[in-house]
Amino acid sequence: MSSLSDPPAELFRLSQLINDTRYRSITFQFIALILLIVAMAYLGLNLVQNLTAAGLNISYGFLGEPSGYDINQTLVDYTSQSTHWRAAVVGVLNTLLVAVLGCIMATIIGVFVGVLRLSNNWLVRKLMSIYVEIFRNVPVLIWILIIFFVMTASMPGPRSFRGEDASASMVLDSIAFTSQGVFTPGVVGGFGAGLLLLVVIASIIGVVAYGRHVKKKLFDEGKVLPGWPRFVILFAPALLVYAAISVTVGASKHNLVVATDLVQPGVSLSAFSDAAIEGKFRPVYCLVEGATESATAKAAWLNTSAMDMRNPGGLKMKTEYFASQDAAKAGFDAGECNMISLPAGDATAAAAASDTPAVALSDQIRNGAPLALDQTYLGNFRFTDGITVRGSLIALWFALSIYTAAFIAENVRAGILAVSKGQTEAAASLGLRPGRIMNLVVLPQALRVIIPPLISQYLNLTKNSSLAIAVGYMDLTGTLGGITLNQTGRAIECVLLLMLFYLTISLAISALMNVYNNAVKLKER
Amino acid sequence: MNCGVTTGLVGFAAPDANGNWDGFDVGVCRAVAAAVLGDPTAVEFVPTTGKTRFTALASGEIDLLARNTTWTFSRDVDLKFEFVGINYYDGQGFMVPKDLGVSSAKELDGATVCIQTGTTTELNLADFFRKNNISYEPVPIETNAEAQPLYLEGACDVYTTDASGLAATRAAFENPGDHVVLPEIISKEPLGPLVRHGDNDWADVSRWVLNALIAAEELGVTSANIDELMAGTDNPEINRLLGTEGNLGEMLGLEADWAANAIKVGGNYGELFEKNIGENTPIGLSRGLNAQWTDGGLLYSPPFR
Repeated sequence: MSSLSDPPAELFRLSQLINDTRYRSITFQFIALILLIVAMAYLGLNLVQNLTAAGLNISYGFLGEPSGYDINQTLVDYTSQSTHWRAAVVGVLNTLLVAVLGCIMATIIGVFVGVLRLSNNWLVRKLMSIYVEIFRNVPVLIWILIIFFVMTASMPGPRSFRGEDASASMVLDSIAFTSQGVFTPGVVGGFGAGLLLLVVIASIIGVVAYGRHVKKKLFDEGKVLPGWPRFVILFAPALLVYAAISVTVGASKHNLVVATDLVQPGVSLSAFSDAAIEGKFRPVYCLVEGATESATAKAAWLNTSAMDMRNPGGLKMKTEYFASQDAAKAGFDAGECNMISLPAGDATAAAAASDTPAVALSDQIRNGAPLALDQTYLGNFRFTDGITVRGSLIALWFALSIYTAAFIAENVRAGILAVSKGQTEAAASLGLRPGRIMNLVVLPQALRVIIPPLISQYLNLTKNSSLAIAVGYMDLTGTLGGITLNQTGRAIECVLLLMLFYLTISLAISALMNVYNNAVKLKER
Repeated sequence: MNCGVTTGLVGFAAPDANGNWDGFDVGVCRAVAAAVLGDPTAVEFVPTTGKTRFTALASGEIDLLARNTTWTFSRDVDLKFEFVGINYYDGQGFMVPKDLGVSSAKELDGATVCIQTGTTTELNLADFFRKNNISYEPVPIETNAEAQPLYLEGACDVYTTDASGLAATRAAFENPGDHVVLPEIISKEPLGPLVRHGDNDWADVSRWVLNALIAAEELGVTSANIDELMAGTDNPEINRLLGTEGNLGEMLGLEADWAANAIKVGGNYGELFEKNIGENTPIGLSRGLNAQWTDGGLLYSPPFR
């Protein structure tokens, strides 16, 4: 019997690093890494030395200084006294806003066009081909500028909305499409809005649960349940809660109090607005920030006088906002405004107690709904209050969407074509309708092909949003990489920070989409 | 020589139909080139925006920046530039359409204002509105050319920039009479050419060419009579300026007739002003603060001695 003995342990020799194939590749990679690090260090050192020679130093201290400039679209509180860092944050949020809106719209258009490009209808197919070819072959900057200038040139200016024979009017008396953008009412949440939100969230969970139940029934017992209960679950509880709060706990009545001796006490709202329209009175309205009562009272006043607010005589309304009802009342007493709405009981008392002539109007404004619309109105120059969707945002959003959608459409087409025709035919032979074939058989398989290139289209859209400055949209490049860079002269610092921000945003989008990709990709067992 | 100018502002720097640059700022560039190189055409004009100008100068892409640039403390000290003088005393103003019925900038509460980004104007604007406790909506625009259609289409109610720029912009409109410049001037904007830190000799040359143009007007030296005066006069200051007496050119390291060459290009300061932006041009600016100190203005050249 022979005995096996371990081969003698080989000693590691230095020459093995080159001669032994096990180590050689690692050796060369290590050398390459060292060379790369040395080269980078040389370049970095060179930069630092040159900057020192030029008397410049890298410092981020300027981020804490007041920025000194204003930004039109701010999603968080910002004034010219805020810091440069705050301005950068405003820019990031604006970038994210247009990126998210753009990605959503581009996906919708892209999927639609991609599917229609494979339509059996010749005309539809060709039209979609033309769309794709035109939009992806013209630079996106040109599209941004075209949409922006067409919009500013074709829409009426805010001035056209004023006067008795105004050449433009608001859609539904509440939305204004102007050359400066679209002005719509905002939504204000009041008493019970939180409860309403909870109910809506619960309803959505209910709808999802019902969907699962339907699927389970279908798979386990082969029963097809109707779809309409989804809508009932979604809307009925919210409507019920809304109505209940409106008529019970939240219900209250307000009177409008005006500081003027033009009218007698107890006169009606419409009679008063006639007096105001005659031009004897410039309404300055004290309101409470974010309160449904204020929004409703303002809407009541605008409804009575809105058409006439556009008098060429210069009756230009103004609104002053306060943090609370007490502050608004104090403002009214101090003469900062000449109109205020107060709870019904308080109104007469306040009118009587006031030093200045104050009159409570007879109309009572009923309010207390959990949600109210904050109406926009034509102020001195432009529409104020409500939500402003600026022309620059619209142009950027649309241009990025339709441009990127052309690429997404091609990805979608590729994805659908990647699914073998046999799958469609097999599904059809089982008796599935075309819509179901697309939804249940083709798209789930096509998604695996579509998602990876879709990620890079989303990244492209986000990075292309840095063209925003062409139309004056203050994104990250406009604030940090634009005005801040200029005013402080800290070019290197700003550009480095800019790169960091864009890198972070892109990697975050990429990570999110990869999670989704992993969820839909082919699961191999 | 590389000279940074605007991307196009009629009267100050704009290329004509043949691509030749012309204007008030361009005149300064040509004068410096003539003084140093003896050839007013030896200038490469580099159009810069409000955003790119400082980087272009700091990186050495241009040698001299003559682009309506306001002399401020931080630009001089923090950005390491050397302002060589002031060639136009300006201030920020507002232009509005006449039918808006506005007569004062304080009535602009809630207005939409177009501004050129990367300039001192946006800081002045923020300060002005904050000080007067009124609100506005800024619309940042990259260049003057982009701002014009926006203003004319009504995408902004007000256009603000330096008063000289407003006059130049309005002159380019189809109906200049439909627009008014409001009386408020909300800031001091001393505009001047600048160079970067580090080459004091070059800064000296640029500074004294500008001074020579101003001094020439004060002393009555024009492009018309300069040849005559170069034969010699009984005014020693003129003789020193034109290099027929003393050795000022040598001190700068230039030819004796450096100043004469500079003045011959487009004339003295007054001639440059009248030709490009003066009252007889479409821009129609009056001398105002930019008159000689002897005429009640602020132009005051140090003596040539």
